[in-house]
Amino acid sequence: MSSIDDYEPLRGADHAPGDEPAGGREVLEGVLGYLVGLALAILLTAVSFFLAGTWLVWRPSIPIALVVLAIAQIGVHLVFFLHITTGPDNVNNVLALAFGVLIVMLIMVGSLWIMSNMNNNMTPMHMQMGQSAVWFMVA
Amino acid sequence: MFGKLTWAAVPFDQPIPLFAGAIVIVVILGVLAFITIKGWIPYLWSEWITSVDHKRIGIMYVTLAAVMLLRGFIDAIMMRSQQAIAFQSQGYLPPEHYNQIFSAHGTIMIFFVAMPFVIGLMNFVLPLQLGVRDVAFPTLNSVSFWLTATGVLLVNISLVVGEFSRTGWLPFPPLSELTYSPGVGVDYYLWGVQISGVGTLMTGVNFVTTILKIHAPGMTYMRMPVFCWTALATNLLIVAAFPVLTATLAMLTLDRYLGFHFFTNEAGGNMMMFMNLIWIWGHPEVYILVLPAFGVFSEVVSTFSRKPLFGYRSMVMATMAICLISFTVWLHHFFTMGAGPNVNAVFGIASMIIAVPTGVKIFNWLFTMYGGRIVYATPMLWSIGFMVTFVIGGLTGVLVAVVPADFMLHNSLFQVAHFHNVIIGGVLFGMFAGYTFWFPKAFGFRLHEGWGKAAFWCWFFGFYLAFMPLYVVGLMGMTRRMQHYDVPEWHPWLLVAELGAVVVLAGILCQVMQLVVSIRHREELRDVTGDPWMGRSLEWSTASPPPAFNFAVLPVVEGRDDYWRRARLAERGLGPTVEPVYKAIEMPRNSPTGFICAFFASFGGFGMIWQIWWLVIVALVGAFVTFVVFAWRDRTEYEIPAEEVARIDRANRQARGEALVRAEALS
Amino acid sequence: MTAFQAGADYGGGRREEARGPAAIVLDHSHPASKRIIVGYGFWIFLLSDIIMFSAFFATYAVLSGETAGGPSGKDLFDLHNVAIETGCLLLSSFTCGLAAIGARAHNGPMYYGGMAATCVLGLGFLAIEIHEFVGMIDQGAGPTRSAFLSAFFTLVGCHGVHVTLGTLWLLTMIAQVFAKGYRADILRRVLCFALFWHTLDIIWVAIFTVVYLLGAGS
Repeated sequence: MSSIDDYEPLRGADHAPGDEPAGGREVLEGVLGYLVGLALAILLTAVSFFLAGTWLVWRPSIPIALVVLAIAQIGVHLVFFLHITTGPDNVNNVLALAFGVLIVMLIMVGSLWIMSNMNNNMTPMHMQMGQSAVWFMVA
Repeated sequence: MFGKLTWAAVPFDQPIPLFAGAIVIVVILGVLAFITIKGWIPYLWSEWITSVDHKRIGIMYVTLAAVMLLRGFIDAIMMRSQQAIAFQSQGYLPPEHYNQIFSAHGTIMIFFVAMPFVIGLMNFVLPLQLGVRDVAFPTLNSVSFWLTATGVLLVNISLVVGEFSRTGWLPFPPLSELTYSPGVGVDYYLWGVQISGVGTLMTGVNFVTTILKIHAPGMTYMRMPVFCWTALATNLLIVAAFPVLTATLAMLTLDRYLGFHFFTNEAGGNMMMFMNLIWIWGHPEVYILVLPAFGVFSEVVSTFSRKPLFGYRSMVMATMAICLISFTVWLHHFFTMGAGPNVNAVFGIASMIIAVPTGVKIFNWLFTMYGGRIVYATPMLWSIGFMVTFVIGGLTGVLVAVVPADFMLHNSLFQVAHFHNVIIGGVLFGMFAGYTFWFPKAFGFRLHEGWGKAAFWCWFFGFYLAFMPLYVVGLMGMTRRMQHYDVPEWHPWLLVAELGAVVVLAGILCQVMQLVVSIRHREELRDVTGDPWMGRSLEWSTASPPPAFNFAVLPVVEGRDDYWRRARLAERGLGPTVEPVYKAIEMPRNSPTGFICAFFASFGGFGMIWQIWWLVIVALVGAFVTFVVFAWRDRTEYEIPAEEVARIDRANRQARGEALVRAEALS
Repeated sequence: MTAFQAGADYGGGRREEARGPAAIVLDHSHPASKRIIVGYGFWIFLLSDIIMFSAFFATYAVLSGETAGGPSGKDLFDLHNVAIETGCLLLSSFTCGLAAIGARAHNGPMYYGGMAATCVLGLGFLAIEIHEFVGMIDQGAGPTRSAFLSAFFTLVGCHGVHVTLGTLWLLTMIAQVFAKGYRADILRRVLCFALFWHTLDIIWVAIFTVVYLLGAGS
C-alpha cells in the first residue's frame, strides 16, 4: 500500500489524533504544554475532592458541580494531552469524538430514564433505587 | 484435568443430534481428506488462510455465511415441521431439544450468517469502489475473520459436545443465569458470540478508517458510491453498538462464573437492565444488517436501470439519518416490560420516524427505475422482490411501533413474521443480489442466469407462503417458540407455513445447483473484460478477478459514477491514448497471525466453557505471544515489480479492447 | 482505432502524478499517510472502548442503590486512597506525554525516562487499587455481596484491567524501541500507546467523580 511519507505532517493535511502539533516544535514548548495541562488538572481534581467533603457549599448543588468539574478536566486532558483542537486539520477527530460522546449520552441518559421509570412502576415490595442514584434521575 | 468435560457430554442417547453430528463430522473429514489428497493444503495455507487480501477475506466470509445458512435453515425447517405436526401432539422434538433448536437458529442466522455475509460483501467491494489497494488494517482484517470462524466453531461443537443454549437468540436473565441454566449451553453461546463480537468490532474500526481516510485521488466524500456511504453508516453503528454487547455479555458471564449479581433474582440484581442494555446493541444491530443491503440495492438498481441513482444527496442524508435515529428506538423491543406511557410514547414515535428515511430510499430507487432501460437480470429481480417484500415488513414494523398494538402482538408469531419479513426481504435478498452481482468480479465468471431466476422465484413465493400465515396466526393469538399447541384454528396456517419452508428449500437447492452448473460451465460464462453488467463504479474497471493490487495505477476520479463516464468515452474511441506510467507496488505480506489468534481463541473459549482452567491460561499466553511475535516483524510488505504490474494491466486493457472491437463488428 | 485506444484507460484515467506536500489540499480525496491512518483507527477503537465503559457506568448508576442490606459506598470508600490513585494516574499521563515528546525527538533519556516513570506510577496505582479490593473482599464486601458491589468491582476493575494491559504494552514499547530504534512503525505504536494511556486517565476522572466522590459524599 503506497503511502505518503509518514512522519512529517503535511502542510494543510489532516492531523493524527494525539500527535504533537505540526512542524518542528521545540521539546521545551511541548513539555510546557503538558505542564500547563497537569497544573490545570491538579487544580480541578483538588477542587473536586474539596467540594465532595465540604459543608461550605449548598449540598444539593455538589453533584452537578462535580460533574461540571469532571467535564472540565476531561476537556483539559483532550486539549493539553491529546492535542484535540478545533482547527480544520482536526475535523475528523473532533467529529469522531462528538459521535462517541453522543452515543455515551444516549446510553447513560436513556438507561437511567428508562430504568428509573420501570423501577418506579414496580410493586412497592421492591427496593427503591438508592440515594446516590437520585441525582441522575430525570423526570 | 478436564474441568466439567466428561463423556456424558456427547449425546449418545439423543438420536437427532447424534445423527446430525455424525454426518457433519463425516463431511468435514471427507472434505479435509479430499483437500489433502489433492495436495491443496500448501496452496490454501499460503493463498487463503494466511491471506490479508480484502478480496480473499471477503470471499471466505461469504463462504462461511453460506455454509452456516444451510445449518440455520435446517434448524428452521425442523421447527416448521414440528409446529406443523404438533397439534394436540408432542411432535417429534422434545421441549429441551426444541428450545435449543430455536436458540441455535436465531443465533446462527444473525451472528454467523447475516453478519459474515454483510461483512464479507463490504470487505470485497469497499476498497475496489474507493479506488484503493486494501483496507486500512489488512492483518487486523484477517484476525477479524478468523475470530468469527472461532465463534462458528464453538457454536457447532455444541451440537456434539455438550448442549446449546435454550434461552433464545438473546439470553434473557434470569433464565440464562446459572440457577435456571446450569448446563454449558449458555456458556457456548456467550463465548461464541463474545469472541466473534470482538472480531466484528475490529472490522468496524477497520472500515470506518478505510472509508474516511483512504480514497483514490479526486474521490471526495460526495463522489463515493452509495454502497460506501451505507457501509460507513453500518460500521459507525458497529463501533458504537458492539461494545455494549461485549459489556452486557461480560456481565452475564460474571454472574454465571463468579457469582456476581447484575441480573440475578437475589441480592439486588435487575434483569430489566439486561434487556435495556442488550437492545441498546440489538436495535442498531438490525440496521447494521440492513444498511449494506440498501447499499447493494442502490448499486444494482442504478446499474440495471442504466441510470445514475436518483437523489444521491438525499440517499446520503437518509443513510446517516437512519444511522443516528437507530440509536434512539431500542425500547420498542420491550414496550411491555413496564415503562410508563411517556417513555413508551417517545420511543414509539421515534420508531415511526425512522421509517421516513427508509421511505425516502425506496422512492429514490423507484425514481431511478422510472425512465430507465431496465434489464431484468437476477440481481435486479432480487431488488424488485426486496422492494415489495421489505415495504410490507416495514409497514408491519410501524404497526407494532404503535404501543397499544404492540401490547397485543409482542412475542406473538406476528412479531416473528415481521422481523423475518424485513430480514429475509431486506438483508437476505440484498445479500443474494450482491452475491450474484459481484460473483463475476470475484471469480471471473458469471452465475448461471436460469438457475438464479429459479432460485429467486422459489425464495420469493416460499417466503410469502412461509410467513404470511404467521401474521395471521399471530393475530389469532399464537405465541412464539411454541413446542406444541391445541388450538385447531392455527393448524391449517402452520401447515401452509411448512409448505413455504419446503419451497424455500427448493430455492436453496436451486442456488446450490446454480453454483455447481456455473463452475462446470465457467468458460461459457467467463467474464473477459471485467465489466459484465455495464457497471458504474470503479470496481468494474479492474479485471475479473482483480489482481492483488486492485489498480495498477490509482484512478484519478472526476465525479460520481466516474467509471461509467470513462467507459462510455472509451467505447466511442475518446479515451486517453497513452499508457500510464507503471511503478512498483508494495503490498502487505500475508500473515498467519489471524489464524493462530483464532486457534488460541478457540481453545480458550472451549476451556472457559468447560472450566478447563489450564487450557485457558495456555490460550491467553499463546495469544499474547502471537501478538508480540507479530509486533516484532521487520518485513511487513512485499514488492510487485513494475514490469509485472504492467504485464497484468496490459492484458486487461487488451481484453477490453478486443471486446470493444468485437462489439463494433456485431453492431 | 488501435486496440490500445479502444482498450483505453478504464482503470487509470490521467496517470497518478507525483504530488508534493504543496499539492495536497485539505480534502480527503487521496489516501492519507500511515501515521494518520493508524492514529485515526486507534482513536476510533478508543471511542468504542469508551462506549463499552459507558455501558458499565450506566449499569453502575442503575444498580448503585442495590446494596441488598449490605455496605454502600459511604461505608467503604476511603477518599485518601482515591486521591493518591488519582495523583498517580494524572502524573503518569504527564510523564507519558514527556515520553511521547522524547520519542518524537528521538531523545533516549526523555523517552526511556518518561516511560519508566509512567510504568512506576501505573504500578503504584494498581497496587493501591488491588489493596483496596482485597480489603473490601476481606470485609465481606466482595462483588458477590450485592448488585451494587458487582457493578462497582466490574466498572473499577475493568479500568484496572485496562491499566494492567497498558502497563504490559508499555513494557513492550520500551523493548521495541530498545531493539529496533525509532523506526516509523514503532513510533506509530508509541502514538497509539500514548492515546491509550491518556484515555485511561480520562476514564479515571469519570470514575473518581461518579463512583467515589458522589458515592462517598452523600
